Amino acid sequence: MASVTEPVPGRPARVRGPAQDVAGLGIGRALGFVAPALLLIGAFLVFPAIWTIYIGITNYRLTGVEAVSPSIVGLSNYTKALNDALFHNALWLTLLFVLGSATIGQNILGFALAWTMRRARPAVRRTVEGLVLLAWILPSTVVAYLWIAFFDRDTGTLNSILGTQGTAWLIDYPMVCLVLFNTWRGTAFSMMLYSSALQAVPPSQLESARMVGASGWQTLRDIVFPHIRGHVLTNTLLISLWTANDFSPFLLTRGGPNHESETVPVYIYNVALQGGELGYSSAISFLLLIANLLVALLYLRLLRRRS
Amino acid sequence: MRRIPRLFRLAVLGTAASVLLTGCLGSSDSGSGDQDANRNSDAKKVELVIGSNSVKGGKSSAGAEFTEDVLIPKFVEAQKAKGVDVTVKFQGDGSDDEVYKQKLALSLSNKAGPDLFSIDGIWVGEFAQAGYIKPLTDTVGDAAKVDGWDGWKQIPDSVQQLGSFDGKRYGVPGGTDGRVLYFNKKLFAQAGLPADWQPKSWDDITAAGQALKKLAGVTPIQINAGTAMGEATTMQGVLPLLVGTGAAINTDGKWLGNTPQLRQVLDFYKSIYAGGLGDPILQREAKGRDKSFAEFAANKIGILLESDYFWRSVVEPKEGVAKMADRDSAVGYALIPASKAGGGIKGQDFVSMSGGGATAINPNTKFPQQAWELLQFMNSAEMVKASLDGAAKITQRTDVNTEVLASDPMLTFVATKVLPLTQYRPGMAEYPKVSAALQQATADVVGGKTTDAAAKSYQTAVEAAAGSKDKVTSN
Repeated sequence: MASVTEPVPGRPARVRGPAQDVAGLGIGRALGFVAPALLLIGAFLVFPAIWTIYIGITNYRLTGVEAVSPSIVGLSNYTKALNDALFHNALWLTLLFVLGSATIGQNILGFALAWTMRRARPAVRRTVEGLVLLAWILPSTVVAYLWIAFFDRDTGTLNSILGTQGTAWLIDYPMVCLVLFNTWRGTAFSMMLYSSALQAVPPSQLESARMVGASGWQTLRDIVFPHIRGHVLTNTLLISLWTANDFSPFLLTRGGPNHESETVPVYIYNVALQGGELGYSSAISFLLLIANLLVALLYLRLLRRRS
Repeated sequence: MRRIPRLFRLAVLGTAASVLLTGCLGSSDSGSGDQDANRNSDAKKVELVIGSNSVKGGKSSAGAEFTEDVLIPKFVEAQKAKGVDVTVKFQGDGSDDEVYKQKLALSLSNKAGPDLFSIDGIWVGEFAQAGYIKPLTDTVGDAAKVDGWDGWKQIPDSVQQLGSFDGKRYGVPGGTDGRVLYFNKKLFAQAGLPADWQPKSWDDITAAGQALKKLAGVTPIQINAGTAMGEATTMQGVLPLLVGTGAAINTDGKWLGNTPQLRQVLDFYKSIYAGGLGDPILQREAKGRDKSFAEFAANKIGILLESDYFWRSVVEPKEGVAKMADRDSAVGYALIPASKAGGGIKGQDFVSMSGGGATAINPNTKFPQQAWELLQFMNSAEMVKASLDGAAKITQRTDVNTEVLASDPMLTFVATKVLPLTQYRPGMAEYPKVSAALQQATADVVGGKTTDAAAKSYQTAVEAAAGSKDKVTSN
């Protein structure tokens, strides 16, 4: 679609094709403006990504002969991943972690909080939002140590509350602990997002729903949800991707006991740092990137279908 | 208008080119092959950095304190007398050994890192293969100078192996250690066990465990297991038991696979952790080893297999990470028995495993001659003695050992009773992977798998680590 740009003083307005028209600048000048950003992205995102792909087809290690003269081993790291029971285990655990704590936990809890808070007194609302937000802005290390203390076998608050003295939660139920920890930590983001999304629901429609005696669920389904569907999709994608790449499980369990909570990022770390196998860990990192891209593409398709 | 896109294209091209150029990993030049070993040898202003995995108030605190408060000032003073202005920095670390190793390797691979650094004896091969360390004679450039150091005569051959690879010296060893069974004499008294306990078989250990089991709130036995403790599981668990069955982990280049001896070790683990004699949960905790130290110091563990590090750095009354004020009267130590009398490696009744580290010089140091001087100074009789500070440690130097041995019963015990019957780990590149497989096998057993299933999985892992079935024994 051609557009007529604002006339620039001393220059006649021209009709330009889309290729040339970047906010009314020539493409060269426009590129000049974004070059610093592109360089940064190139240096810190594109280059490491290409580098990772390259390392992923070698048997590079940090020590031993492979550190000096790594050889290209083609796709053998990838075939190894296909047959690696620990990697499969990590994939399942990551899926569990993402679905449990982000897709279900943070999403539903965040929405529930936003929905109940929307008509609360501003003071109450601000207090609750502040408290929930605190969980989100605290450094994950701090939050992790709070939860480690909470779950502790001998001195943990949880055992005092439930009267289950002697239960080592982080060891007997590591994934449950991780899901709880991450749900608590990330709910704030969903709540804030849904709070602002709910502003977009016309009060008149809610009012008429109340008049005809619609149940709360019907109101949510037929009036609220259609208005915020885009927000739900966006939020779900964002928090799921964050959670899939989250390294904080390491802080709570280091992937243990015996790989029972070793999500993919933690597995990558353990392969690289405990085993020194940088080639293999790079290959798995690349697989994780591909998985993330697939999720993102799926989301884009869903969004497109909506519009 | 046209200049900018061209600039931009150049930038893109430049980035792409740098990607391609650096794409040749591991350039063939891996160090100081063409560097002059005498570079900066007459410098009047010298800066050196010592790196080690120790930190004041944390891991191996005493070692860090000695380096910072005694060694460095003394060396600076000695150099000042020669008219050289030396600054030495200590770069401490308190990570898990494996993480420290990778961090150090990463620095070295970028031709950076400290001028002198300590490494575990079993890493020497890997670091040498990677070119991160060179034979001392290459780095210092003068074989006569290096080989002529009078310290070598004081270091026994078995200990020199800790700093050697392929028959060449890559570093100066920093002493060695030995593993024993520690026991809490107070708990032993309550359980009616002798204060001079010395088990003669695994059954004796189990029997003592059964007696300790009657005490409330006490875990009878702690023998490291599982993956969370890493190498501590291998060195303070599997290997001392394995040599007690008469087997070595590597014989004539072949790794020990799923064999009766391995299954015997796993059975013993099972008898402890499934039989209520050990705490299986502790073996699964991320910080299990630290916790076991704290529990031992709190009189909650009866018997614990550890090296002399435990005595001098963990329950040490003043500086330890889990201090025991009454250590000298409350903590007993005994030799680790073979599975049965005469059943150990070489037909021994008692067995142990030893390890130790070495200090190496960074081939890319700006001051190789001064680094070598510092390395010699660090390992001089005077400094080695000063580093003990009254603690028990088998130093690398025979002359120092002879002198300080008499005053310390624990040191005497390790030096005279343990070292003569000890074994060292094979310094081979596959070792860390085999070690990880051993850890996993114990984790499986403690987690409830059968011995056979755990041993089968272990066999698969070792074959993968060794690269072929022919390099693994199994029956």
